[in-house]
Amino acid sequence: MANAIHPEEFGLSKPEPAQLAIETHDLNLWYGTFQALFDVDLMIKRGRITGLIGPSGCGKSTYLRTINRINERLGYVRTTGSIEVMGQNILAPEVELVQVRKQVGMVFQRPNPLPLSIRENVIFGYKIHEPEARRLTRNQRDEIVEKALREVLLWDTVKDRLDSPATALSLEEQQKLCIARLLPVKPSVLLMDEPCSALDPKGTEAVEELIWELRGEYTILIVTHNMAQARRASEECIFMLLGKVVEHSSTDDMFVTPKSQETADYIEGRYG
Amino acid sequence: MRASPADQTILDRRNLDWYIDKVVQVLVFVGGISAIIFIIGIFVFITREGIGFIFSSWDPIEFFTSPRWAPTSSHNPTYGALALILGTASVTGLAMIVAVPFSLGAAIYIGEFASGKTRESLKVLVELLAAIPSVVWGFIGLSILNPLIIQWFNVPIGLNVLNAGVILGLMAAPIMTTIAEDALKAVPDTYREAAEAMGAARWQVIFKVVLPAAKPGLLAAVLLGVGRGFGETMAVLMASGHSINIPTSIFDSVRALTATIAAELGETAHGSDHYQALFVLGIFLFLITFLINLTADLVVRGIRNR
Repeated sequence: MANAIHPEEFGLSKPEPAQLAIETHDLNLWYGTFQALFDVDLMIKRGRITGLIGPSGCGKSTYLRTINRINERLGYVRTTGSIEVMGQNILAPEVELVQVRKQVGMVFQRPNPLPLSIRENVIFGYKIHEPEARRLTRNQRDEIVEKALREVLLWDTVKDRLDSPATALSLEEQQKLCIARLLPVKPSVLLMDEPCSALDPKGTEAVEELIWELRGEYTILIVTHNMAQARRASEECIFMLLGKVVEHSSTDDMFVTPKSQETADYIEGRYG
Repeated sequence: MRASPADQTILDRRNLDWYIDKVVQVLVFVGGISAIIFIIGIFVFITREGIGFIFSSWDPIEFFTSPRWAPTSSHNPTYGALALILGTASVTGLAMIVAVPFSLGAAIYIGEFASGKTRESLKVLVELLAAIPSVVWGFIGLSILNPLIIQWFNVPIGLNVLNAGVILGLMAAPIMTTIAEDALKAVPDTYREAAEAMGAARWQVIFKVVLPAAKPGLLAAVLLGVGRGFGETMAVLMASGHSINIPTSIFDSVRALTATIAAELGETAHGSDHYQALFVLGIFLFLITFLINLTADLVVRGIRNR
């Protein structure tokens, strides 16, 4: 898949709302008094892999971290505007964070399996979100675990040591596990914050391949520093600079005929 | 390649800084090793004072199984430490029942919920509590808790296991809180972030992720509290009633190992059997606290090596 071709045509005419997974309007965000996002209007299509690129500090990770509202952990973050995930404004006061995070899973830069066994890591989210998880028999639980691990191509490597600590796995395996543990609650969106930056080239390739496999079933928004990765592992691309969206187009278009000079300069490595 | 004489003088210049560096190295080494030397010195001293008794007239069966501690009896002095050991153990046990929930609760609140100024002032407050002299705690047991226990439970005497246990528990709680909070702080924030990103609520993050991850550190905090309980003297002496008893209820007065040494050592003739027997109690206490601290240390090391 290394040089994947994207056969589909991406018409960038205004998409139908039903095709959208994430829609943000006039999204502004401040860390204390520092404004990190400026009027971000973005429409992320369902079932696609969308790459977020831009130099350090451009707000791409910040944007990603607003979609599941994990930014709010910091306590000094203020957000205005609207964020709709699958048609629902997640900033509305009646929205439960737990529900947002069930719908929107997140993979972090550094693999962060919980200090539990592999099995417990995979079933962790399911136990939180599914009230009937308590009543499941061991077999039913194991089926869920197996299905999730198969989906991330990890089952064959770990099936004999499901009860050993997840932190003992290699980084590549840990990152796959971190993806696997999101799947049992059937999220619609997966956010990935530079998911391969802690991995070696082989691990990167394996995880990229996995992400590619997951497209269609999940909407994937992936932040990356790596131009080559954005080019081969995403279908659409968003270029951000200083907290603003500069360009949003199909990956092929962005890398072949970027519309703005800033995008062209960044892609060619003149800064960033 | 051979260095020319000129090069050698450049490379081998022992100036003032070089000597200061050496002196500081030696000072730091002496400072570092002195604690170990003192501990060994103390152990050697205690052992030397008690060893003669152990080899001449010490009866280990009597020591561990007889509750009769009567070293001053003129015709038949006996040295049974069972009641003293049980006295110390019962007071320490009750103290842990009091201290563990308080200190873990405080540590969880300070470490996971409080933030900013609340957190800082609570930490200072807890450290201040840890600095209250034990005689003050003993005084509180004697003059406040004693009448309260008599009144509430309608018992003849308020200086007992309950009193000493509560006092000792309150005494040990601050230091246990500090250590437990350190253990919680050592849990990487990425674990909390990961669990929250999966939708876990605050209490789920704490109970399912943070506490299990911090378990060795929390256990070490409890063990250090136990060590503190075994070694505490003054407060226990004042609050426990100081009468030789095998406790059958928390309203029985007891006597602790430490308190026995403190109360009797001044009145014995240097080198007498009684004097030496008290040092045997000392050796026993030293070994127990040493073992408890060693266990705590190994447990904490266990987390680091995982």
